[in-house]
This record gives sequence, structure tokens and C-alpha cells, in this order.
Amino acid sequence: MKVLVAVKRVIDYNVKIRVKADKTGVETANVKMSMNPFDEIAVEEAIRMKEAGKATEVIAFSAGPTQCQETIRTALAMGADRGVHVVTDGELQPLAVAKLLKAVADKEQPGLIIVGKQAIDDDSNQTGQMVAALLGWSQGTFANKIDVADGSVTVKREVDGGLENVKLKLPAVITTDLRLNEPRYASLPNIMKAKKKPIDQHKPEDLGVDVAPRLKTLKVEEPAGRKAGIKVKTVAELVEKLRNEAGVI
Amino acid sequence: MPLDSDTLEQLVDTVGRFVRERCIPLEEQVAEQDKVPDDLIEEMKGLGLFGLTVPEEYGGLGLNTEEESRVVIELGHAAPAFRSVCGTNIGIGSQGLINAGTEEQKRKYLPGVASGEIITSFGLTEPEAGSDAAGLKTQARRDGNHWILNGTKRYITNANVAHLLTVMARTNPAKGGSGISAFLIERGTPGLRFGKPEKKMGQQGAHICDVIFEDCKVPAVQMLGGEAGEGQGFRSAMKTLDRGRIHVAALCVGMAERIVEESLKYAAERKQFGQPIANFQLIQAMLADSQTEAYAMKTMVMDAARRRDAGEDTAMLASCAKLFCSEALGRIADRGVQIHGGAGYIRSYAVERFYRDVRIVRLYEGTSQIQQIIIAREMMRGQKA
Ligand SMILES: Cc1cc2nc3c(=O)[nH]c(=O)nc-3n(C[C@H](O)[C@H](O)[C@H](O)COP(=O)(O)OP(=O)(O)OC[C@H]3O[C@@H](n4cnc5c(N)ncnc54)[C@H](O)[C@@H]3O)c2cc1C
Repeated sequence: MKVLVAVKRVIDYNVKIRVKADKTGVETANVKMSMNPFDEIAVEEAIRMKEAGKATEVIAFSAGPTQCQETIRTALAMGADRGVHVVTDGELQPLAVAKLLKAVADKEQPGLIIVGKQAIDDDSNQTGQMVAALLGWSQGTFANKIDVADGSVTVKREVDGGLENVKLKLPAVITTDLRLNEPRYASLPNIMKAKKKPIDQHKPEDLGVDVAPRLKTLKVEEPAGRKAGIKVKTVAELVEKLRNEAGVI
Repeated sequence: MPLDSDTLEQLVDTVGRFVRERCIPLEEQVAEQDKVPDDLIEEMKGLGLFGLTVPEEYGGLGLNTEEESRVVIELGHAAPAFRSVCGTNIGIGSQGLINAGTEEQKRKYLPGVASGEIITSFGLTEPEAGSDAAGLKTQARRDGNHWILNGTKRYITNANVAHLLTVMARTNPAKGGSGISAFLIERGTPGLRFGKPEKKMGQQGAHICDVIFEDCKVPAVQMLGGEAGEGQGFRSAMKTLDRGRIHVAALCVGMAERIVEESLKYAAERKQFGQPIANFQLIQAMLADSQTEAYAMKTMVMDAARRRDAGEDTAMLASCAKLFCSEALGRIADRGVQIHGGAGYIRSYAVERFYRDVRIVRLYEGTSQIQQIIIAREMMRGQKA
């Protein structure tokens, strides 16, 4: 069984995000970029499946500018076998990525697609669900544990107030939650070897996908700063304010 | 062959992340318990850190000096005890073997050195021979197919856990430096004993101890470089220290950057007279001086490393880099404590620990005075020519 994992290049989680002066987006010039942490978890899970003999090949997919190759290389250094890079410079929205993933899945015929539940830049939480719908495959989102058996996969899902077990017929789409696993560091020798692993490049047109954005960003703003608090004198005053001013009780 | 820039950046980035996510959170524990946890050491092995400088054909990464320096700077961002775990395998413990070992010796040991299965040490210093290393007294007497060693080595990093020690001993009492040979001595060799780890000023978690030879019977094939290695030990040790000095200078850069970062963070948070102390120009002057020196240090290390990789004789440059970087680091650590005020004297702040940790770099692998002597000697050599 082939496993297809999607890896997105995002602003590193340690970087303090700054909004551009013209409010059209956030600063990305000279900002450190890394693999989306949820995607690292997806790569790790796929590699573990391969190590356990449940997957035969792990393919890392990324869509975006040339530098996305670095993100794919990180996945290859962790243990993925080869990469697929859809090269495109414009803004990519979840639906476009889902269509690209579907096109690659049509070619590669993986048994599983594993993607992060969301990317830490736009927090959309849509791509996995959309690609499952486009392919007509089952989906197990927010995975906390994954067990692949013959022809099916059991996914323990993180849902509000607990965990839910679903059994899906393969092929299927899974999105990863934070507690699924702890991704490994790529070892230094494997980073050096990753350079020799192949990365196929495509353009969206080659795959017959129109990636033009469907949504328009109106304005991006910094969150408002916290206002100063006040001190109350008595419990009675606190209760009064919570009830009448804050309206929380 | 040098790495392409993508691969190098990824390598440096991965080590940086490992340091930030795995090592730095453990710093206080390591200092407290005087021990780097075993599972972290296993992670370091898995990452490939022990084999940075071992050639690829023997299972290492074969990094050149510039690449090694980039990685060591990252390691330097954490307490230096972490670097010390793999430091001898990257530097002084393996370089003799790599430069002067016979093919058989390299095949036998280097793969284990690269994987971290074999921990190495470098034994030059003795109770009565420190700066004057050529005056070392440990005796090696030929006895058939063996050499019999007698003497004591002092302050030997990682000796308490080492599986393989490169030891310099005198094979010809009539000669000075050229009467010294190097031996590859395995732990468990009869007549080899270790002293108790010393209690040190800083770098808790890294250990040094005496290595004692009492009629220690070393097979003749264990002479570094085989029979041809006789009398080459001092030269080989000096060559090892040449690259080692750039390594130490790179380590200084990493520590300097960390101290500057800690100082800046503290200065921005700490308020006095109703404002962050970073607003005061006298604090700013200290921050700026430290930043400037850290930048000069890095520039110097990278230049010396690149020139060494290009084949230049960098004996003088390596000494310049080691001298300047270790002395500047001392000043930066001192300013770090000053910026922290009383907190800089308290254990729970990283700068207090670094202040003690950094003191050693002006002493080992040649004191500052010895670096000055080397630099001046090289300058005067140029004068005569
Ligand atoms: C933590 C630690 C780790 C170490 N690790 C190792 C190791 O792994 N392997 C190893 O072999 N050694 C190791 N050493 C030993 C270290 O390299 C020596 O301590 C160092 O070389 C200085 O030698 P010394 O202590 O004998 O000082 P000395 O040589 O006695 O120096 C005392 C003072 O005299 C000065 N001085 C000496 N000669 C001159 C001169 N000609 N002109 C001007 N000033 C001079 C020195 O600069 C110094 O200030 C380690 C030491 C420590 C503390």
C-alpha cells in the first residue's frame, strides 16, 4: 500500500508573526519557514506504517513555490521515499490544494492519504475533508491513533469531550491531531542521503487543475492588545459586574 | 566534498531544533544531577552527532571545518556539557586516528566512533606537563610485541566513559617532542586505571579524570600510524589541536549568541525606574558591545574555517580565533551577569551557569598565553622569510 502525505511550508512556529503594513497579509520576507507541525506528524505516522510493514512506499506531496522542495526534502530525510511537488507561485486555498491532491491520488492510487488537520498559518482545517469528498473516500479526521488492518483502518478521533473510534474502508483520508505521535528528528546522515531521493515536479495545468483563489482576503489585522483590568473591592461588586457588565453569569 | 547549501542549512537547522527542543529544557537538570541523561545521549547518537567529522567511508558525515563550525555553533547554544558528550568524538578524540591512523586502525574504530558506540578521549596533559606538552613524562618501553606504559594523564575529558584513548607517551627519552609517540589504548587494557571524576567550577554533566598507566601492556600494533608512527605523536597531537581550536572557537560563538539572547530578553522584561532596563543607554552599551563581539567572533571562525578547508596553513589563524573568541566570550558572559543584576548571581538564571561554564575555554586546548606564543611565533617566522 502506498501512503501519500501532504506537507505544507509555513512560517516556523517559533517566529513572531507580523502583519504587513498595508494589511494585505503577514510578513514572509526573510522569515524562517518550516514544515507545518501537523504535517510532520502525518509524515511520522506514514514512516511508522512503512517500518511496521504496513505500507510499501511513502510519497510526500507539497504545493507552492520552489522553496517547498526544502519541505519535501525534510520529509524525505525523515524517511519518505520520494516527493511530488506542484510548483505554483500564487496564493493557494484549501480547495485548490485538495484538487491537486486528488489529481496526484488519481495517478498514484495510494491506499491512504494522511494530512495535518490544519496548517498553523491559516488554520483552515479543510483540505483533508475536501479531498475525501472529491475522491469519494472515507475520512477519519483529528486522528489520535491509527490502526491499519486488511482492507480497513481504525481511527481513534479526538472529538469534543472524548474519543471516538471509526472503522473506515480503504482507501481513506486521515487528518492528524497533535497527540497521534511525536515526530522524529531527521538524522544527519539521512538528511545527506535525502538529496538523492527523487522529487517529481508538475504544474497545476499539467494536472488539469485551476488553482485560482475562490475567496478574497479583505484585510489582515493584528489582534487587539489586551485592555488594562480593574480591581474590585468586594465579592458583591465582582458578582454584580460579572452579571451586569460582562454578562457571563 | 562540501555539502550543497540546502543540505547544510537543513543539517544546521535540525541540530538547532534539537538543541532548542531537547537540550535547553534539560539544562538545569543536567547541572543539578551532574549527568546528561542516557536517553538523550542515545538521541544524539541517533541523530549522527558523534560522526560529524568522521569521513563518510567510515560511516560519518565527513563535514569540513566550515560545516563542522556551523553545527558546533548550534550546539553551543545549549549548556556546553551537552556538546562535551560528543565533543571528543568530533574533535580531539578522533582527529589523530583520522589524520594519522593506518587503514586497519581506521576500519577497526572509526565506524564505532561515528555511531557513538565508541567514546573517545585524548590524553596529552599530565600533572607536570600542561602548557609544556612536549615535556610530558609518561614512558613507553618496548617489550617484544608490546609497549609498556607508565605515567599519569590529568584532566582528560570523557576518560571516565571512554572506550578508546589516544595517548601521547615518550618512546625515546633522549629526544624532546620527536621522542613522543601516540597510542590507541582500549579500555580494559591491563594496567590501565582511571581516577575519580574531578569536581569542576562549571560544565556539570561533563567529566574529566586522571588516566593512570601502571605497567600498562599495549600491543605494538596499537601505535597510532603503526610502526611508522614512532616519534610522530607530538606532531600528530599538534595537528589535532589545530582543527580543535577552530572547533572550540565555534563553540564560543554559540555560547556568546545564547548569552546575548538571554541578556536581551532579560533587559526587555526587567523594569526599574518605571521602564524596561533595556531603555537605559548604559545597558544598551553593554548589549551592543556583546553583540559586536559575538559578530566579530563568528566572522573570524568562519574565515579561519574556510581558509583551512581551502588548504591554507591555518595554525596562526586558528590560534587567533581561539584566543579572541574565548577572551571575548569571557567579557560577554561577564556583561550578561551585569545586565541581570543580582539575578545573574542566582543559579536559576542561565547566565550564572554560563559565566562559570565559559571560564574553561581560555584554558584548555592551549591557554590564552600559549595562543599568544603561537601567534607571535608564526608572525616572526614570516619576518625571517
Ligand atoms: C575541563 C578540562 C578539560 C580538559 N580536557 C583535556 C583533555 O581532554 N585532554 C588533555 O590532554 N588535556 C585536557 N585538559 C588539560 C588542559 O589542556 C590544560 O589544563 C591546559 O593545557 C593548561 O595546562 P596546565 O593546567 O598544566 O596549566 P599550566 O601549563 O601550568 O599553566 C599555568 C599558567 O601559566 C601560563 N603559562 C605556562 N607556560 C607559559 C609560558 N611559556 N609563557 C607564559 N605563560 C605561560 C599559562 O598560560 C597559565 O596561565 C583539560 C583541562 C580541563 C580543566
